[in-house]
Amino acid sequence: MTADDSHDDIPVQRAAPRIGHRGSGDPQVAIDTPVVFDLEDVAVYYGAFRAVRGVAMKVLKNQITALIGPSGCGKTTLLRAFNRMHDVIPGARVTGKLQYHGIDLYGPQVSATEVRRRIGMVFQKPNPFPKSIYDNVAFGPRVNGTKNKIELDAIVEKSLRAAALWDEVKDRLGSSALGMSGGQQQRLCIARTIAVEPEVVLMDEPCSALDPIATARIEELMRELKSRFTIVIVTHNMQQAARVSDRTAFFTAELDSANDRRTGILVEYDVTQKIFSNPSDERTENYITGRFG
Amino acid sequence: MQLSELHARSQHADRAFRVLAVVAATTVLVVLALITVTMSKRAWPVLEHMGLDFFTSSRWSAPEGIYGALPFIFGTLFTATIALALAVPVSLGVALFITQVAPPWLKKPMVYLLDLLAVVPSVVFGLWGVLVLSQHFGLGRSFLTAGIILAVMITPIITSLSREVIETTPQTDKEAALALGATRWEMIGASVLPHSKGGLVGAVMLGLGRALGETIAAALVIGSALGQITLDPYASGNSMPAVIANEFGESDGMHKSALIALAVTLFVITIIVNLVATAIVQRSMRRSRGT
Repeated sequence: MTADDSHDDIPVQRAAPRIGHRGSGDPQVAIDTPVVFDLEDVAVYYGAFRAVRGVAMKVLKNQITALIGPSGCGKTTLLRAFNRMHDVIPGARVTGKLQYHGIDLYGPQVSATEVRRRIGMVFQKPNPFPKSIYDNVAFGPRVNGTKNKIELDAIVEKSLRAAALWDEVKDRLGSSALGMSGGQQQRLCIARTIAVEPEVVLMDEPCSALDPIATARIEELMRELKSRFTIVIVTHNMQQAARVSDRTAFFTAELDSANDRRTGILVEYDVTQKIFSNPSDERTENYITGRFG
Repeated sequence: MQLSELHARSQHADRAFRVLAVVAATTVLVVLALITVTMSKRAWPVLEHMGLDFFTSSRWSAPEGIYGALPFIFGTLFTATIALALAVPVSLGVALFITQVAPPWLKKPMVYLLDLLAVVPSVVFGLWGVLVLSQHFGLGRSFLTAGIILAVMITPIITSLSREVIETTPQTDKEAALALGATRWEMIGASVLPHSKGGLVGAVMLGLGRALGETIAAALVIGSALGQITLDPYASGNSMPAVIANEFGESDGMHKSALIALAVTLFVITIIVNLVATAIVQRSMRRSRGT
């Protein structure tokens, strides 16, 4: 895939009502913030089961976009569609239009490995490789062709610094990553992800296995990383979405008349502040205020 | 009242289970001890007669009363090495194919077929070796023929165990590599193999154990040549179990003692192999846990 950078400059269409909408109480978002992902009528299936349907949203560059909603609303499923993680699950498929800088992510000539190099992912449970700290961070650059030791050393240090982990591990880069605490492991996974210099970092409930202190550090880290990366985060924790994200998409599960099973739908997508203070949809308000979910 | 009855009964069940488990565990140890004691006792005369020459001499002549087991020890290790060299890459390849590459419809029949191969009696493999490898392909009866037959025999075992070990790699570990832009092959190197290392060594060791101890198939194709120590794979030789199988029926006295000593040697070698394997597995596990 050759990401045509000129697409970065396409301004957000004014017709899209909730994106960059003036007066939405979102001063930090300029009206011409580039669109990274553009979704129209996206659905994800596992075999015959439709897990999420009809999603239309735009993810903006250098923003943190949060996907929230009750269990089974398809938010993680949708997140995994962003970097073609469903490719490895037999029977899973994605339909609809899912464009990355104007290129169809599921186009016939698009390679999933190239997509994932540009769109990294941090998982719910910290999953470092059973290798040394150094080798964990160096893995991505190595598979992408960096063999030079000096270059790798620099990338490892830079990535660990960016993940606020360098000072804690610089004297034991050769020891196993599995000997670290859960919070350190998750920051290592973030360092490993940004070591390949992706444009987007997808995070699937990155703090759900961590204690509050480790969670606070990850959140702080996300705010720092925002200037370099576009972040999409799935979270169960509404306060977390409110604290860190610029935009929030609220999903819920509804009975799907097509197959009589519950399917996730996107209810509302707007600036985080608006979602949490003055949502347009009653279902969002019920969820935010704790009346449901 | 009722509560105390319930309490007492569950304790009985617990005690009964514990007794059963202890008896089963002790039986295994007792049998192992008995084997060691009786075999060592019967092997003792030849060790007294030959001394260390039993292990270092390469001359084995029952009529002269000379028993040097080195060629058989060599033959066993040489054929087992050939077998492992052939079987391990194939087994790993097949196991990875089944678990990572094969479409679901192909996976089931392949697993079934391999499990079937694992239970084919060894004499069938041995005769097939004589008919096909020795005669049709002209390999004769040699270390190589024996090594190939052993490889064919242990491949299904190693494959089957490797497949099960590999299958336990958590999906999240695999996704970690894929999410960094790794290809399937790079993902296997980063996630699957490190995760399965210990189990894979174990699978290979079980295969090696079978290759070392295999009697009838080796006896049929190895050539039963006395005193051959050569790295020429086309040469005929002999292995410890094959010698025992061929000579035990017409042996007595010192000759019988020598054959039993061979069995004890084989036993000790397999124990050493297993201890080494366990040590390797534990060290690699400790290292990846980072303690």
